[in-house]
Amino acid sequence: MSDFKKNMHLANRAGFGMSLQQITVFEQQSTAVLWKQYAQEHEFHPISFNTEQTNVDYTALSKLNAADKKQVQQLNRKRNIEINLNFLNEMVHSEDQLREKMAFFWHGHFASRVINANFSAHILNEIRKNALGNFRDLLFAVSKAPAMLNFLNNQQNKKDHPNENFAREVMELFTMGRGNYTESDVKEAARAFTGWSYDKDGQFLVRKKFHDSGSKTFLGKTGNFDGNAILDIILEQPATARFITEKLYRFLVNEQVDQDIVDTLSKDFFDSGYDIRRLLDRVFTAAWFYDSKNVSNKIKSPVELMAGIMRMLPMEIAIPENLIVYQKLLGQMLLYPPNVAGWPSGKAWIDSSTLLLRMQLPQIWTGLRPLDLDAQNDDDLDMGMKQSRAMAKAYKNPKISIDWAGVEAVFADREPFELLLQQQPSFGKALRDSYAGGSRRRTIIEVMSIPEYQLC
Amino acid sequence: MIIKRRQFLKAGSLATASLLLPNFLKAMSLPEALERGQKVLVILQLSGGNDGLNTIVPMRNDIYFRERQTIAVDNALTLTDEAGIHPALPFFKTLYDRGELAVLNNVGYPDPNKSHFRSMDIWHSASRSDEYLESGWIGRYLDQACYDCGHPTQALEVNDMLSLALKGKQKKAFAFKDPKKLYQTSREEYFNALYQEHQHQHDEETVAYLYQTLGDTINNADYIFEQSKARKTAAAYPDSVLGKDLKTISSLIKSDINTQVYYLQIGSFDTHINQQQRQESLFHTINDAVEAFVDDLKKNSLFQHVMLMTFSEFGRRVAQNASNGTDHGTANQLFFLSGGLKKQGLLNALPDLTQLNEGDLQYTEDFRKVYATLLKKWLDADSAKILGWKNGIYDFI
Repeated sequence: MSDFKKNMHLANRAGFGMSLQQITVFEQQSTAVLWKQYAQEHEFHPISFNTEQTNVDYTALSKLNAADKKQVQQLNRKRNIEINLNFLNEMVHSEDQLREKMAFFWHGHFASRVINANFSAHILNEIRKNALGNFRDLLFAVSKAPAMLNFLNNQQNKKDHPNENFAREVMELFTMGRGNYTESDVKEAARAFTGWSYDKDGQFLVRKKFHDSGSKTFLGKTGNFDGNAILDIILEQPATARFITEKLYRFLVNEQVDQDIVDTLSKDFFDSGYDIRRLLDRVFTAAWFYDSKNVSNKIKSPVELMAGIMRMLPMEIAIPENLIVYQKLLGQMLLYPPNVAGWPSGKAWIDSSTLLLRMQLPQIWTGLRPLDLDAQNDDDLDMGMKQSRAMAKAYKNPKISIDWAGVEAVFADREPFELLLQQQPSFGKALRDSYAGGSRRRTIIEVMSIPEYQLC
Repeated sequence: MIIKRRQFLKAGSLATASLLLPNFLKAMSLPEALERGQKVLVILQLSGGNDGLNTIVPMRNDIYFRERQTIAVDNALTLTDEAGIHPALPFFKTLYDRGELAVLNNVGYPDPNKSHFRSMDIWHSASRSDEYLESGWIGRYLDQACYDCGHPTQALEVNDMLSLALKGKQKKAFAFKDPKKLYQTSREEYFNALYQEHQHQHDEETVAYLYQTLGDTINNADYIFEQSKARKTAAAYPDSVLGKDLKTISSLIKSDINTQVYYLQIGSFDTHINQQQRQESLFHTINDAVEAFVDDLKKNSLFQHVMLMTFSEFGRRVAQNASNGTDHGTANQLFFLSGGLKKQGLLNALPDLTQLNEGDLQYTEDFRKVYATLLKKWLDADSAKILGWKNGIYDFI
């Protein structure tokens, strides 16, 4: 494989694809140098809201009457969407592609979904901040985030009435995976997490009077464990390193797991004390990463597809809120994972409706055809508000204008198949060109509309 | 529906023309032979959490009136000594009187979740409350019904997006709002050309999957559209979205399509504020659309083969809130409308308002037992395999 193709592969997996500006760079650079640039440490910038902080007291929410509550919910919804779009914007424009890509991975791994937009922003920034650091720090930060404590009902986890939800998901989905602990371990861990809570400003705190300070037996150890001790014991299990490494391998390399490679990687990850950046370095510098069986074998998630198009076709988006409808219709709305297990991946993205919309998306975004689908209303978001159909229609057009002059200049003496795909499609240029009618712009759109473009 | 009979009739009429048809075959082509047909299930999802207590109303229950000072329904249409039905559902009362309605009260699941999306997830995937499945119960039925079949159209959703309920492990159902629109999109020349060019390729699994989905979409959009036109219903339906959706379904039921499950939804029933107005208006819409649908099916002698079920992700709290609304609750009733019910009317007792759990109803019937009943008795499928449910089935079907 040429260095250019290797670079594209790296950009697809370590980021959200090659951007228009990167094309000329990738033609001259070696993959080793490119990886150094991707791995380079960048300063961390949190994602923030577009609008002023509001002085709403969220703890009083339960005392508000329904009409006031609805207003607060709607404000939250608006601000959650700001965070969603600002995260998408980072994926498209940030130099620190590796951070955003890993934040995207952890966002699906530590999946939470809460109404309170301050909590959403907080956990997303904790994830982004720790995305490339140490998994221990990340696990502790997420476990103490009000979004997660709220989402997994740990507010209701009290000494006399333990709620096991949080303890169970921490083990089943966030660290070890099923089969590495018993029901009794779940019960004992839940006792240790009793009292883990947050104050009205969303600051983590342990409510002593709700905490069960008795002795617990967890994964074969007995002691006066609190939540921190439980997380530490979980991290002492090689199963945790194995579970995370395998999931990451499926995300970065191949849905079909090579057990030997994952074993080696996970031992190293464990021995390094959960150094994420080091693990990524081992993946992206490995020769096997560039094997043809690991290239162009993954179906882009809806967000990866959208961000990828946006990186290749620099665009002004007059009404970015209307990008939400595409996230919904294609099945991946940031900040709103379907459940704590995150989004299913691979073939799960594709059914006849989503495939047709994916194939039409480049035409819709470039104004060649309208979107004539309606996204489902979301009762958690809408609180029973009904959008009129006319309003829903008006909301759908993000009003995108693409810098076609810039795009055409770069594509002028280059082959669109080479720049947009990792593999030769199953049809020839003649067929494509007969539909593009000699227009370079149309040629690019036609290539982005094919099934092979869904892969990365 | 009734594929074998129709294909047989086609062959039969050709044979008649040549006067070679034996007498016993002639006899079978008479209308009397039309009786047996495949069963059809129509699932109507009431999104947002319908308030069950104001739907089937406990008219003689003091606790109900005490907890719902301003929103109690006091003009319910009488069903039994104790129970009435919301006055905006008069056609349901008619069905009840005719023995074509069954109501199963107090349906839910252990450890109920009050988030819309999570509870809906549980109803769609038929999972336990602490388990996360990536496939839906109708989708897994489709996996079974369409093992090696030509058209995976045994289940269809009238919607722009495909719900989790209809995603199987191997197969996924088709979703469309309008068969014509689906057909037009799939006819896009470029997409067809890509598919035609591709057919001879041997490629990597993921690419093959994408092209196979594309091909399935193209071929079945054609099939669905043709079937939707074949015996398009002439009956009048109300001009609501639900009316149009049921009209589409009725036309398909009359056709030769192999579909056995149709899925559609209406909402939002999330009535935290001013519940009465919202619920009443939604019920009017449902009442009128369902009336047109049932009349249409009856005229064509199909109602005994069709079952319409309604469900919602949860019911609502027993006590109203301060805004003339209700907040998220737990158990709820399911409706079954069909000319082919074995038991009718209220199938079990109304919820016990003296036995609440923190203000919420305690379920007595598990929704998975309902699914198992429908799969086994109505759709003739292997319910144990699809649901892993082993705790019996109901006898009303």
